[in-house]
Amino acid sequence: MLVDDHQMFRTGVKAELGDGVEIVGEAGDVDEAVAVIRDTAPDVVLLDVHLPGGGGIEVLRRLHGGVPSRFLALSVSDAAEDVIGVVRGGARGYVTKTISGPELTDAIGRVAEGDAVFSPRLAGFVLDAFAATDAPAVDPELDQITQRERDVLRLIARGYAYKEIAKELFISVKTVETHVSSVLRKLQLSNRHELSRWAAARRLV
Amino acid sequence: MNGTTATTGPADPPPLVRAADGRLLAGVARGLADHLGVDVLFVRIAFVILTPGIIAYFAFWLLVPEAQTQARAQNEPVPVPARTPRDWGQLLAYGAVALGLLALFALPWGVASPFQWALWPFVLGGAGVALLWQQADRAQRERWVLPLRQRWLRSLLGLLLVVGGIGGAVAQNVEANQIRSVLVAMMIILTGLALIVTPWIVRLWQDLDAERHERIRSQERAELAAHVHDSVLHTLTLIQRNAHDPREVQRLARSQERTLRTWLYERRDDPDRTFAAAIKETSGEVEDLHGVPIEVVCVGDTALDERLAAAVQAAREAMVNAAKYAEAPSISVFAEVEGKAIAIFVRDRGRGFDLDAIPDDRMGVRGSIIGRMERNGGRATVRTAPGEGTEVRLEIEKQ
Repeated sequence: MLVDDHQMFRTGVKAELGDGVEIVGEAGDVDEAVAVIRDTAPDVVLLDVHLPGGGGIEVLRRLHGGVPSRFLALSVSDAAEDVIGVVRGGARGYVTKTISGPELTDAIGRVAEGDAVFSPRLAGFVLDAFAATDAPAVDPELDQITQRERDVLRLIARGYAYKEIAKELFISVKTVETHVSSVLRKLQLSNRHELSRWAAARRLV
Repeated sequence: MNGTTATTGPADPPPLVRAADGRLLAGVARGLADHLGVDVLFVRIAFVILTPGIIAYFAFWLLVPEAQTQARAQNEPVPVPARTPRDWGQLLAYGAVALGLLALFALPWGVASPFQWALWPFVLGGAGVALLWQQADRAQRERWVLPLRQRWLRSLLGLLLVVGGIGGAVAQNVEANQIRSVLVAMMIILTGLALIVTPWIVRLWQDLDAERHERIRSQERAELAAHVHDSVLHTLTLIQRNAHDPREVQRLARSQERTLRTWLYERRDDPDRTFAAAIKETSGEVEDLHGVPIEVVCVGDTALDERLAAAVQAAREAMVNAAKYAEAPSISVFAEVEGKAIAIFVRDRGRGFDLDAIPDDRMGVRGSIIGRMERNGGRATVRTAPGEGTEVRLEIEKQ
């Protein structure tokens, strides 16, 4: 399932994904997207962050977990506000539109299995947002990331693939996935003030 | 809302105890609020307004066990929580309201009715302060208390005037024909109040003003972001998708570059350059020169000094090497500022090379990267092997 307001881009993605992925539907704005997703209940929705009618986050808000689909956010912009917003809205990952075909196929597979997909940029954002501050965490379990999670995020930001991270840290790929999923959960659930303030302060990155 | 009751269902209210945390006096009001499932503010107001409330309050104080004591009695391991310090400002405000009300109704009306008029400001003012204090966060409260600390002489003077005025009025045992002296006393009281309150009002006004400015600025930013998104980023996407057609790519890029430059540089310039900005600009230059996409991720930021500038130059050299020799589809650059320590990673998934096999006359790695970092008190490590890609790691301490 593909949601993007640029027809040309949708065509391009379809061509690049090829046979590995079956595309069950397409939509170009929020209303259409909500209707088609409800209709076809796809495994994974590739969701453009900027859509006429409120953006990808509006699609997530309206469906509000009412469908079994998982969402992978896709954007041409790298603005922190967009990224953090859509991930906190419920997307399982975030990639930029410059991603190559095979990488995108891989990311879709990962999201379909319930794992999280972090681009280097998103990892950088999270490191920044969870950077040590003087402010005491309201909920330490949700408001802080562990040293290990920090290590994993650093390697993602450095451009390492999950497999390479596993090798570097002497852990299994499964463990890397667990760390990333845990960070994603914290990112979605934490009420940390810094998250919203931080994203608002960096609207133009 | 204090959020203490939100998660408990109506069938199972928490037991009635005196709260150990977040209390003003003895924790009776908060304990009751938790038990009844209402906001603590209402309970406190009820205690203050209903005069018998004071008696009830003391009764509760005596009869209801304190939260921690109860837990200890059940032999549960009690983690010692860091108690939030008692909020004296709020307590004072509630006290002012209670005293004002008490005086208002306890004094016989016929004797001092003009004087009773003067009490109303206390009641209303106290209630107002209590409400404001209740809703403010810590930073705001500290800002509000600041004028009091900075201008304590002025505040003290104001307080003396108020107390003196009230004392004078009471001492004179005002009667109806002595209205003139009452008026004088009132004037003194009001002057005192004005002295105390003015800095607060100014501060509040400034808060409001700052908020308005911030809103306007964020609207501006959103507009700009929308513009950049619609024109620039989409052109860039188009360019990448048209990579097979050099003429079209060049046309798109040049036209967009012109638009973007007009947009960016005719509006503002950024004189004090920072580390992250320098890294981004440098990688942009390398990208333009060599046509290999470079993905830059920066975490944290700091002002650029001589050492950091050298590190950025070394990073530039590493990027150029990767772009020229690695034959990788893209390069990842990650720069992190953590306190004084700065780390830059330049990584590609290209050919890689045998570090020992580099001839000494190849200055790129040895001179421009490792040497430059060492001269500036930093460190550079290169990790590579044929077919495995290359990662250059630069570390340096800020001056």
